[in-house]
Amino acid sequence: MSLVIRFKNFLDETGNIARFTGRFFSVGIKPRYEHKEFFNQCYIIGYRSLPLVGLTAFIMGLVLTMQLRPSLVDYGVESQLPVMVGLAIVREIGPVITALIFAGKIGSSIGAELGSMKVTEQIDAMTVSGIKPFKYLVATRVLATTLMLPLLTILGDAISLFGAYLGVNIRSVTSFDLFFLQVFKSLDFSDVLPAITKTLFFGFAVGIVGCYKGFNSTKGTQGVGISANSAVVLSSVLIFIIDLLAVQITELLGLN
Amino acid sequence: METATKEQVIVIKDLVKAFGDKKILDGFNLTVEKGSNVVILGKSGSGKSVLIKCIIGLLQSDSGSIHVFKENISQMTEDELDQARSKIGFLFQSNALYDSMTIRENLEFPLIRHWVDISKEEVERLVNEALENVDLLHTLDMMPSELSGGMLKRVALARTMILRPEVILYDEPTTGLDPVTSREIENLILKLQKKNHTSSIIISHDMNCVKNTADLVVLLLEGKCYIKGTYEELKQSTDENIKQFFE
Repeated sequence: MSLVIRFKNFLDETGNIARFTGRFFSVGIKPRYEHKEFFNQCYIIGYRSLPLVGLTAFIMGLVLTMQLRPSLVDYGVESQLPVMVGLAIVREIGPVITALIFAGKIGSSIGAELGSMKVTEQIDAMTVSGIKPFKYLVATRVLATTLMLPLLTILGDAISLFGAYLGVNIRSVTSFDLFFLQVFKSLDFSDVLPAITKTLFFGFAVGIVGCYKGFNSTKGTQGVGISANSAVVLSSVLIFIIDLLAVQITELLGLN
Repeated sequence: METATKEQVIVIKDLVKAFGDKKILDGFNLTVEKGSNVVILGKSGSGKSVLIKCIIGLLQSDSGSIHVFKENISQMTEDELDQARSKIGFLFQSNALYDSMTIRENLEFPLIRHWVDISKEEVERLVNEALENVDLLHTLDMMPSELSGGMLKRVALARTMILRPEVILYDEPTTGLDPVTSREIENLILKLQKKNHTSSIIISHDMNCVKNTADLVVLLLEGKCYIKGTYEELKQSTDENIKQFFE
Protein backbone atom coordinates (compact mmCIF):
# COMPACT_ATOMS: atom_id res chain seq x y z
CA MET A 1 0.00 0.00 0.00
CA SER A 2 1.43 3.36 -1.00
CA LEU A 3 2.28 6.00 1.56
CA VAL A 4 -0.41 8.33 0.22
CA ILE A 5 -3.13 5.70 0.65
CA ARG A 6 -1.89 4.91 4.15
CA PHE A 7 -1.99 8.57 5.07
CA LYS A 8 -5.50 8.89 3.61
CA ASN A 9 -6.63 5.83 5.61
CA PHE A 10 -5.09 7.32 8.76
CA LEU A 11 -7.01 10.58 8.21
CA ASP A 12 -10.21 8.63 7.50
CA GLU A 13 -9.82 6.63 10.70
CA THR A 14 -9.04 9.75 12.74
CA GLY A 15 -12.12 11.47 11.33
CA ASN A 16 -14.31 8.47 12.06
CA ILE A 17 -13.09 8.23 15.66
CA ALA A 18 -13.70 11.98 16.09
CA ARG A 19 -17.24 11.56 14.72
CA PHE A 20 -17.82 8.56 17.00
CA THR A 21 -16.64 10.64 19.98
CA GLY A 22 -18.93 13.49 18.91
CA ARG A 23 -21.81 11.02 18.77
CA PHE A 24 -21.04 9.99 22.33
CA PHE A 25 -21.46 13.58 23.51
CA SER A 26 -24.51 14.30 21.35
CA VAL A 27 -26.42 11.02 21.82
CA GLY A 28 -24.77 8.97 24.51
CA ILE A 29 -25.15 11.31 27.46
CA LYS A 30 -28.77 12.31 26.85
CA PRO A 31 -31.64 10.53 28.65
CA ARG A 32 -32.87 7.79 28.73
CA TYR A 33 -30.01 6.59 30.95
CA GLU A 34 -29.09 2.93 31.13
CA HIS A 35 -28.40 2.86 34.88
CA LYS A 36 -28.48 -0.91 35.31
CA GLU A 37 -26.08 -1.59 32.46
CA PHE A 38 -23.81 1.26 33.61
CA PHE A 39 -23.47 -0.24 37.13
CA ASN A 40 -23.02 -3.68 35.60
CA GLN A 41 -20.17 -2.34 33.45
CA CYS A 42 -18.64 -0.53 36.47
CA TYR A 43 -18.59 -3.89 38.25
CA ILE A 44 -17.06 -5.73 35.27
CA ILE A 45 -14.62 -2.98 34.28
CA GLY A 46 -13.69 -1.76 37.75
CA TYR A 47 -14.09 -4.50 40.32
CA ARG A 48 -13.02 -7.38 38.08
CA SER A 49 -9.88 -5.50 36.98
CA LEU A 50 -8.77 -4.95 40.54
CA PRO A 51 -6.81 -8.23 41.05
CA LEU A 52 -4.73 -7.67 37.89
CA VAL A 53 -4.17 -3.98 38.57
CA GLY A 54 -3.35 -4.74 42.23
CA LEU A 55 -0.85 -7.48 41.40
CA THR A 56 0.98 -5.46 38.74
CA ALA A 57 0.98 -2.36 40.97
CA PHE A 58 2.44 -4.34 43.88
CA ILE A 59 5.22 -5.82 41.72
CA MET A 60 5.88 -2.43 40.13
CA GLY A 61 6.36 -0.74 43.55
CA LEU A 62 8.59 -3.54 44.79
CA VAL A 63 10.77 -3.69 41.66
CA LEU A 64 11.04 0.09 41.33
CA THR A 65 12.33 0.34 44.90
CA MET A 66 14.85 -2.48 44.41
CA GLN A 67 16.10 -0.90 41.15
CA LEU A 68 16.40 2.61 42.58
CA ARG A 69 18.20 1.67 45.80
CA PRO A 70 21.73 1.00 44.36
CA SER A 71 21.83 4.38 42.60
CA LEU A 72 20.66 6.24 45.70
CA VAL A 73 23.19 4.35 47.84
CA ASP A 74 25.96 5.42 45.43
CA TYR A 75 24.97 9.06 45.91
CA GLY A 76 24.54 8.58 49.68
CA VAL A 77 20.86 9.52 49.67
CA GLU A 78 19.33 6.14 50.47
CA SER A 79 17.09 7.83 53.04
CA GLN A 80 15.33 9.61 50.17
CA LEU A 81 14.15 6.29 48.70
CA PRO A 82 10.52 6.61 49.95
CA VAL A 83 10.32 10.17 48.58
CA MET A 84 11.67 9.20 45.14
CA VAL A 85 9.51 6.11 44.86
CA GLY A 86 6.40 7.92 46.11
CA LEU A 87 6.77 10.78 43.63
CA ALA A 88 7.51 8.45 40.72
CA ILE A 89 4.55 6.21 41.47
CA VAL A 90 1.94 8.88 42.17
CA ARG A 91 2.90 11.36 39.46
CA GLU A 92 3.74 9.15 36.50
CA ILE A 93 4.34 5.42 36.77
CA GLY A 94 1.16 4.54 38.66
CA PRO A 95 -1.29 6.28 36.31
CA VAL A 96 0.47 5.25 33.09
CA ILE A 97 1.14 1.60 34.00
CA THR A 98 -2.38 1.18 35.40
CA ALA A 99 -3.82 2.72 32.22
CA LEU A 100 -1.72 0.43 30.00
CA ILE A 101 -2.79 -2.67 31.97
CA PHE A 102 -6.36 -1.38 31.78
CA ALA A 103 -6.09 -0.86 28.01
CA GLY A 104 -4.78 -4.42 27.61
CA LYS A 105 -7.53 -5.98 29.67
CA ILE A 106 -10.56 -3.77 29.14
CA GLY A 107 -9.83 -2.26 25.70
CA SER A 108 -9.40 -5.70 24.16
CA SER A 109 -12.41 -7.13 25.96
CA ILE A 110 -14.71 -4.28 24.85
CA GLY A 111 -13.36 -4.48 21.28
CA ALA A 112 -13.87 -8.24 21.13
CA GLU A 113 -17.28 -8.22 22.84
CA LEU A 114 -18.80 -5.49 20.65
CA GLY A 115 -17.03 -6.86 17.58
CA SER A 116 -18.53 -10.28 18.18
CA MET A 117 -21.97 -8.72 18.77
CA LYS A 118 -21.60 -6.80 15.52
CA VAL A 119 -20.67 -9.78 13.33
CA THR A 120 -23.38 -12.00 14.85
CA GLU A 121 -25.98 -9.27 14.18
CA GLN A 122 -26.75 -8.81 17.90
CA ILE A 123 -26.31 -5.03 17.54
CA ASP A 124 -28.75 -5.03 14.61
CA ALA A 125 -31.13 -7.13 16.72
CA MET A 126 -31.08 -4.39 19.38
CA THR A 127 -31.77 -1.74 16.76
CA VAL A 128 -34.77 -3.56 15.30
CA SER A 129 -36.12 -4.13 18.82
CA GLY A 130 -36.19 -0.34 19.28
CA ILE A 131 -33.22 -0.37 21.68
CA LYS A 132 -30.52 2.22 21.00
CA PRO A 133 -27.30 0.18 20.94
CA PHE A 134 -25.12 3.28 21.07
CA LYS A 135 -26.64 4.28 24.38
CA TYR A 136 -26.87 0.78 25.79
CA LEU A 137 -23.48 -0.55 24.69
CA VAL A 138 -21.22 2.44 24.02
CA ALA A 139 -22.29 5.18 26.45
CA THR A 140 -22.38 2.83 29.44
CA ARG A 141 -18.95 1.34 28.70
CA VAL A 142 -17.26 4.68 27.97
CA LEU A 143 -18.66 6.24 31.16
CA ALA A 144 -17.63 3.18 33.17
CA THR A 145 -14.04 3.18 31.84
CA THR A 146 -13.79 6.96 32.41
CA LEU A 147 -14.89 6.69 36.04
CA MET A 148 -13.29 3.38 36.97
CA LEU A 149 -9.73 4.04 35.80
CA PRO A 150 -9.11 6.93 38.27
CA LEU A 151 -10.42 4.72 41.11
CA LEU A 152 -8.24 1.82 40.00
CA THR A 153 -5.27 4.18 39.75
CA ILE A 154 -5.78 5.43 43.33
CA LEU A 155 -6.03 1.84 44.58
CA GLY A 156 -3.10 0.80 42.38
CA ASP A 157 -0.95 3.65 43.74
CA ALA A 158 -1.75 2.60 47.32
CA ILE A 159 -0.87 -1.05 46.61
CA SER A 160 2.25 0.02 44.74
CA LEU A 161 3.40 2.14 47.68
CA PHE A 162 2.86 -0.85 49.95
CA GLY A 163 5.03 -2.90 47.56
CA ALA A 164 7.64 -0.13 47.76
CA TYR A 165 7.49 -0.23 51.58
CA LEU A 166 8.24 -3.97 51.49
CA GLY A 167 11.02 -3.28 48.94
CA VAL A 168 12.62 -0.74 51.27
CA ASN A 169 12.51 -3.27 54.12
CA ILE A 170 14.32 -5.99 52.16
CA ARG A 171 17.72 -4.36 52.74
CA SER A 172 17.02 -2.01 55.65
CA VAL A 173 14.46 -1.45 58.36
CA THR A 174 11.98 1.39 58.02
CA SER A 175 8.76 1.53 59.96
CA PHE A 176 5.43 1.62 58.15
CA ASP A 177 4.62 5.02 59.71
CA LEU A 178 7.95 6.57 58.81
CA PHE A 179 7.84 5.30 55.23
CA PHE A 180 4.38 6.70 54.56
CA LEU A 181 5.12 9.90 56.48
CA GLN A 182 8.07 10.52 54.16
CA VAL A 183 6.01 9.69 51.08
CA PHE A 184 3.09 11.95 51.95
CA LYS A 185 5.32 14.76 53.14
CA SER A 186 6.94 14.90 49.71
CA LEU A 187 3.60 14.91 47.86
CA ASP A 188 1.32 17.88 47.52
CA PHE A 189 -1.93 18.72 45.80
CA SER A 190 -0.23 19.61 42.49
CA ASP A 191 1.29 16.13 42.33
CA VAL A 192 -1.92 14.23 42.93
CA LEU A 193 -4.57 16.27 41.10
CA PRO A 194 -3.03 16.34 37.56
CA ALA A 195 -2.06 12.67 37.88
CA ILE A 196 -5.60 11.58 38.74
CA THR A 197 -7.21 14.02 36.29
CA LYS A 198 -5.27 12.60 33.35
CA THR A 199 -6.49 9.10 34.18
CA LEU A 200 -10.04 10.30 33.43
CA PHE A 201 -8.86 11.02 29.89
CA PHE A 202 -6.92 7.73 29.70
CA GLY A 203 -10.10 5.87 30.71
CA PHE A 204 -12.18 7.80 28.20
CA ALA A 205 -9.68 6.99 25.42
CA VAL A 206 -9.68 3.27 26.28
CA GLY A 207 -13.50 3.17 26.30
CA ILE A 208 -14.03 5.17 23.10
CA VAL A 209 -11.37 3.29 21.13
CA GLY A 210 -12.56 -0.15 22.34
CA CYS A 211 -16.18 0.67 21.50
CA TYR A 212 -15.30 2.27 18.15
CA LYS A 213 -13.23 -0.71 17.05
CA GLY A 214 -15.86 -3.21 18.19
CA PHE A 215 -18.81 -1.25 16.81
CA ASN A 216 -17.17 -1.01 13.39
CA SER A 217 -15.90 -4.57 13.26
CA THR A 218 -16.13 -6.34 9.90
CA LYS A 219 -14.82 -9.50 8.20
CA GLY A 220 -16.36 -12.04 10.58
CA THR A 221 -14.39 -13.72 13.35
CA GLN A 222 -11.09 -12.53 11.90
CA GLY A 223 -12.43 -8.99 12.21
CA VAL A 224 -13.21 -9.54 15.90
CA GLY A 225 -9.56 -10.42 16.55
CA ILE A 226 -8.41 -7.38 14.57
CA SER A 227 -10.81 -5.14 16.54
CA ALA A 228 -9.56 -6.41 19.90
CA ASN A 229 -5.93 -6.10 18.89
CA SER A 230 -6.19 -2.66 17.31
CA ALA A 231 -8.21 -1.38 20.28
CA VAL A 232 -5.29 -2.21 22.59
CA VAL A 233 -2.63 -0.80 20.26
CA LEU A 234 -4.46 2.45 19.53
CA SER A 235 -5.56 3.11 23.11
CA SER A 236 -1.99 2.44 24.38
CA VAL A 237 -0.60 4.97 21.90
CA LEU A 238 -3.31 7.45 22.89
CA ILE A 239 -2.41 7.02 26.57
CA PHE A 240 1.15 8.18 25.83
CA ILE A 241 -0.07 11.07 23.67
CA ILE A 242 -2.51 12.21 26.37
CA ASP A 243 0.27 11.85 28.96
CA LEU A 244 2.53 14.07 26.87
CA LEU A 245 -0.21 16.68 26.52
CA ALA A 246 -1.01 16.46 30.24
CA VAL A 247 2.63 17.22 31.15
CA GLN A 248 2.61 20.26 28.85
CA ILE A 249 -0.69 21.55 30.24
CA THR A 250 0.46 20.97 33.83
CA GLU A 251 3.59 22.98 33.11
CA LEU A 252 1.60 25.77 31.47
CA LEU A 253 -0.65 25.93 34.52
CA GLY A 254 2.38 26.02 36.80
CA LEU A 255 1.43 22.84 38.61
CA ASN A 256 4.81 21.13 38.11
CA MET B 1 -69.99 -7.81 -7.79
CA GLU B 2 -67.27 -5.84 -5.98
CA THR B 3 -64.48 -7.67 -4.24
CA ALA B 4 -63.14 -6.17 -1.00
CA THR B 5 -59.49 -5.19 -1.46
CA LYS B 6 -57.21 -6.16 1.39
CA GLU B 7 -55.29 -3.55 3.37
CA GLN B 8 -51.79 -2.97 2.03
CA VAL B 9 -49.28 -3.22 4.89
CA ILE B 10 -46.05 -2.76 2.90
CA VAL B 11 -45.74 -0.83 -0.35
CA ILE B 12 -42.30 -0.56 -1.96
CA LYS B 13 -41.90 1.69 -5.01
CA ASP B 14 -38.84 2.03 -7.28
CA LEU B 15 -36.41 1.08 -4.52
CA VAL B 16 -32.75 1.61 -5.37
CA LYS B 17 -29.82 0.62 -3.19
CA ALA B 18 -26.21 0.53 -4.33
CA PHE B 19 -22.93 -0.28 -2.61
CA GLY B 20 -20.28 1.73 -4.41
CA ASP B 21 -20.83 1.28 -8.14
CA LYS B 22 -22.81 -1.94 -7.73
CA LYS B 23 -26.58 -1.54 -7.79
CA ILE B 24 -28.08 -4.27 -5.58
CA LEU B 25 -31.68 -3.09 -5.84
CA ASP B 26 -32.56 -1.29 -9.04
CA GLY B 27 -36.15 -0.07 -9.09
CA PHE B 28 -37.71 -2.83 -6.97
CA ASN B 29 -41.50 -2.76 -6.48
CA LEU B 30 -43.60 -4.86 -4.10
CA THR B 31 -46.92 -4.72 -2.28
CA VAL B 32 -47.69 -6.94 0.72
CA GLU B 33 -51.31 -7.32 1.75
CA LYS B 34 -52.52 -7.87 5.29
CA GLY B 35 -52.39 -11.48 6.41
CA SER B 36 -50.34 -12.72 3.45
CA ASN B 37 -46.98 -14.46 3.32
CA VAL B 38 -44.74 -13.16 0.54
CA VAL B 39 -41.61 -15.16 -0.18
CA ILE B 40 -38.73 -13.40 -1.90
CA LEU B 41 -36.78 -15.88 -3.96
CA GLY B 42 -33.40 -15.19 -5.42
CA LYS B 43 -29.83 -16.38 -5.76
CA SER B 44 -27.24 -15.70 -3.06
CA GLY B 45 -26.07 -12.11 -3.33
CA SER B 46 -29.14 -11.01 -5.28
CA GLY B 47 -30.06 -8.45 -2.62
CA LYS B 48 -32.79 -10.29 -0.67
CA SER B 49 -31.31 -9.50 2.75
CA VAL B 50 -30.52 -5.93 1.66
CA LEU B 51 -34.19 -5.52 0.76
CA ILE B 52 -35.54 -6.49 4.19
CA LYS B 53 -32.82 -4.50 5.95
CA CYS B 54 -34.05 -1.46 3.98
CA ILE B 55 -37.63 -2.23 5.05
CA ILE B 56 -36.69 -2.27 8.76
CA GLY B 57 -34.43 0.76 8.38
CA LEU B 58 -31.12 -0.99 9.09
CA LEU B 59 -29.97 0.21 5.67
CA GLN B 60 -30.86 3.51 4.08
CA SER B 61 -32.13 3.23 0.50
CA ASP B 62 -30.67 5.54 -2.16
CA SER B 63 -34.00 6.37 -3.75
CA GLY B 64 -37.57 5.11 -3.96
CA SER B 65 -40.02 4.71 -1.10
CA ILE B 66 -40.97 2.09 1.47
CA HIS B 67 -44.34 2.59 3.14
CA VAL B 68 -45.17 0.39 6.12
CA PHE B 69 -48.72 0.98 7.36
CA LYS B 70 -48.81 4.07 5.11
CA GLU B 71 -45.77 5.63 6.79
CA ASN B 72 -42.68 6.27 4.70
CA ILE B 73 -39.83 4.41 6.42
CA SER B 74 -37.15 5.95 4.19
CA GLN B 75 -37.88 9.50 5.41
CA MET B 76 -38.14 8.80 9.14
CA THR B 77 -35.90 10.10 11.93
CA GLU B 78 -34.29 7.57 14.31
CA ASP B 79 -37.01 8.11 16.96
CA GLU B 80 -39.80 7.71 14.40
CA LEU B 81 -38.12 4.56 13.11
CA ASP B 82 -38.03 3.13 16.65
CA GLN B 83 -41.78 3.67 16.89
CA ALA B 84 -42.41 2.11 13.49
CA ARG B 85 -40.20 -0.87 14.34
CA SER B 86 -42.49 -1.81 17.22
CA LYS B 87 -44.94 -3.04 14.55
CA ILE B 88 -42.27 -4.94 12.61
CA GLY B 89 -40.57 -8.13 13.74
CA PHE B 90 -37.29 -9.35 12.27
CA LEU B 91 -35.96 -12.90 12.44
CA PHE B 92 -32.25 -12.89 11.70
CA GLN B 93 -30.58 -15.63 9.70
CA SER B 94 -28.00 -15.97 12.49
CA ASN B 95 -30.77 -15.75 15.18
CA ALA B 96 -28.82 -12.89 16.83
CA LEU B 97 -29.69 -13.96 20.37
CA TYR B 98 -27.73 -12.01 22.99
CA ASP B 99 -25.17 -14.61 24.03
CA SER B 100 -24.36 -12.99 27.37
CA MET B 101 -28.00 -13.30 28.50
CA THR B 102 -30.17 -16.26 29.44
CA ILE B 103 -33.14 -17.16 27.26
CA ARG B 104 -35.43 -15.46 29.80
CA GLU B 105 -33.36 -12.25 29.64
CA ASN B 106 -33.27 -12.40 25.84
CA LEU B 107 -37.07 -12.35 25.77
CA GLU B 108 -37.48 -9.84 28.61
CA PHE B 109 -35.03 -7.37 27.08
CA PRO B 110 -37.20 -6.00 24.22
CA LEU B 111 -40.30 -6.13 26.44
CA ILE B 112 -38.99 -3.94 29.25
CA ARG B 113 -37.40 -1.52 26.78
CA HIS B 114 -40.55 -1.04 24.73
CA TRP B 115 -43.21 -1.14 27.40
CA VAL B 116 -41.54 0.73 30.24
CA ASP B 117 -44.60 0.60 32.52
CA ILE B 118 -45.08 -3.15 32.22
CA SER B 119 -45.25 -5.04 35.54
CA LYS B 120 -42.88 -7.87 36.46
CA GLU B 121 -45.77 -10.33 36.55
CA GLU B 122 -46.88 -9.32 33.06
CA VAL B 123 -43.31 -9.66 31.72
CA GLU B 124 -43.08 -13.16 33.21
CA ARG B 125 -46.45 -14.14 31.76
CA LEU B 126 -45.55 -12.91 28.27
CA VAL B 127 -42.13 -14.58 28.35
CA ASN B 128 -43.66 -17.89 29.45
CA GLU B 129 -46.37 -17.63 26.82
CA ALA B 130 -43.85 -16.86 24.04
CA LEU B 131 -41.70 -19.84 24.99
CA GLU B 132 -44.74 -22.11 25.34
CA ASN B 133 -45.72 -21.18 21.77
CA VAL B 134 -42.43 -22.64 20.55
CA ASP B 135 -42.44 -25.57 23.06
CA LEU B 136 -39.28 -24.40 24.81
CA LEU B 137 -40.47 -23.32 28.24
CA HIS B 138 -37.89 -25.60 29.87
CA THR B 139 -35.03 -23.54 28.37
CA LEU B 140 -36.00 -20.41 30.33
CA ASP B 141 -32.84 -20.23 32.43
CA MET B 142 -30.43 -21.72 29.90
CA MET B 143 -27.83 -19.79 27.92
CA PRO B 144 -28.07 -19.65 24.10
CA SER B 145 -24.81 -21.61 23.86
CA GLU B 146 -26.56 -24.60 25.50
CA LEU B 147 -29.19 -24.90 22.75
CA SER B 148 -29.15 -26.62 19.36
CA GLY B 149 -29.52 -24.73 16.05
CA GLY B 150 -33.22 -25.57 15.74
CA MET B 151 -33.93 -24.57 19.35
CA LEU B 152 -32.08 -21.28 18.85
CA LYS B 153 -34.20 -20.55 15.80
CA ARG B 154 -37.38 -21.23 17.80
CA VAL B 155 -36.24 -18.99 20.66
CA ALA B 156 -35.37 -16.27 18.13
CA LEU B 157 -38.87 -16.68 16.69
CA ALA B 158 -40.37 -16.37 20.17
CA ARG B 159 -38.35 -13.18 20.76
CA THR B 160 -39.49 -11.78 17.41
CA MET B 161 -43.12 -12.48 18.30
CA ILE B 162 -43.05 -11.21 21.88
CA LEU B 163 -43.70 -7.57 20.95
CA ARG B 164 -46.75 -8.68 18.94
CA PRO B 165 -45.57 -7.27 15.58
CA GLU B 166 -48.06 -6.92 12.76
CA VAL B 167 -45.48 -7.59 10.06
CA ILE B 168 -42.62 -10.08 10.33
CA LEU B 169 -39.54 -10.19 8.14
CA TYR B 170 -37.80 -13.57 8.07
CA ASP B 171 -34.23 -13.71 6.79
CA GLU B 172 -33.69 -17.28 5.55
CA PRO B 173 -35.46 -18.95 8.50
CA THR B 174 -34.55 -22.52 7.54
CA THR B 175 -30.99 -22.07 6.26
CA GLY B 176 -28.53 -24.39 7.97
CA LEU B 177 -31.22 -26.59 9.53
CA ASP B 178 -31.92 -30.25 8.80
CA PRO B 179 -35.12 -31.04 6.80
CA VAL B 180 -37.09 -32.15 9.89
CA THR B 181 -36.23 -29.05 11.90
CA SER B 182 -36.84 -26.88 8.82
CA ARG B 183 -40.33 -28.34 8.57
CA GLU B 184 -40.91 -27.63 12.28
CA ILE B 185 -39.87 -24.00 11.81
CA GLU B 186 -42.11 -23.65 8.76
CA ASN B 187 -45.08 -25.06 10.69
CA LEU B 188 -44.28 -22.75 13.58
CA ILE B 189 -44.22 -19.73 11.27
CA LEU B 190 -47.63 -20.69 9.89
CA LYS B 191 -49.05 -21.49 13.34
CA LEU B 192 -47.94 -18.17 14.82
CA GLN B 193 -49.09 -16.27 11.75
CA LYS B 194 -52.55 -17.82 12.07
CA LYS B 195 -52.66 -17.12 15.81
CA ASN B 196 -51.44 -13.49 15.63
CA HIS B 197 -52.84 -12.58 12.17
CA THR B 198 -49.50 -11.25 10.98
CA SER B 199 -48.22 -10.49 7.48
CA SER B 200 -44.77 -11.72 6.48
CA ILE B 201 -41.96 -11.32 4.04
CA ILE B 202 -39.83 -14.45 3.98
CA ILE B 203 -36.43 -14.47 2.33
CA SER B 204 -35.52 -17.96 1.23
CA HIS B 205 -33.96 -20.15 -1.39
CA ASP B 206 -35.15 -23.33 0.34
CA MET B 207 -37.86 -24.51 -2.06
CA ASN B 208 -39.62 -26.63 0.58
CA CYS B 209 -39.94 -23.56 2.75
CA VAL B 210 -41.21 -21.57 -0.24
CA LYS B 211 -43.76 -24.25 -1.10
CA ASN B 212 -45.05 -24.59 2.46
CA THR B 213 -45.23 -20.96 3.50
CA ALA B 214 -45.80 -18.77 0.42
CA ASP B 215 -49.08 -17.14 -0.57
CA LEU B 216 -47.12 -15.15 -3.13
CA VAL B 217 -43.64 -15.80 -4.51
CA VAL B 218 -41.54 -12.94 -5.87
CA LEU B 219 -38.36 -13.61 -7.83
CA LEU B 220 -35.68 -10.99 -7.26
CA LEU B 221 -33.37 -10.81 -10.23
CA GLU B 222 -30.85 -8.10 -11.12
CA GLY B 223 -32.29 -5.85 -8.43
CA LYS B 224 -35.83 -5.95 -9.82
CA CYS B 225 -39.01 -7.91 -9.22
CA TYR B 226 -38.61 -10.31 -12.15
CA ILE B 227 -41.92 -12.11 -11.69
CA LYS B 228 -44.50 -12.79 -9.01
CA GLY B 229 -47.16 -15.44 -8.63
CA THR B 230 -48.15 -18.44 -6.57
CA TYR B 231 -45.72 -21.33 -6.07
CA GLU B 232 -47.64 -23.47 -8.57
CA GLU B 233 -47.75 -20.71 -11.20
CA LEU B 234 -44.01 -20.19 -11.02
CA LYS B 235 -43.33 -23.92 -10.98
CA GLN B 236 -45.09 -24.31 -14.32
CA SER B 237 -43.08 -21.53 -15.95
CA THR B 238 -40.82 -22.38 -18.85
CA ASP B 239 -38.59 -19.35 -18.26
CA GLU B 240 -35.04 -20.54 -17.59
CA ASN B 241 -34.50 -17.93 -14.87
CA ILE B 242 -37.47 -19.33 -12.95
CA LYS B 243 -37.07 -23.01 -13.82
CA GLN B 244 -33.63 -23.25 -12.26
CA PHE B 245 -35.12 -22.76 -8.78
CA PHE B 246 -37.57 -25.65 -9.20
CA GLU B 247 -35.19 -28.22 -10.70
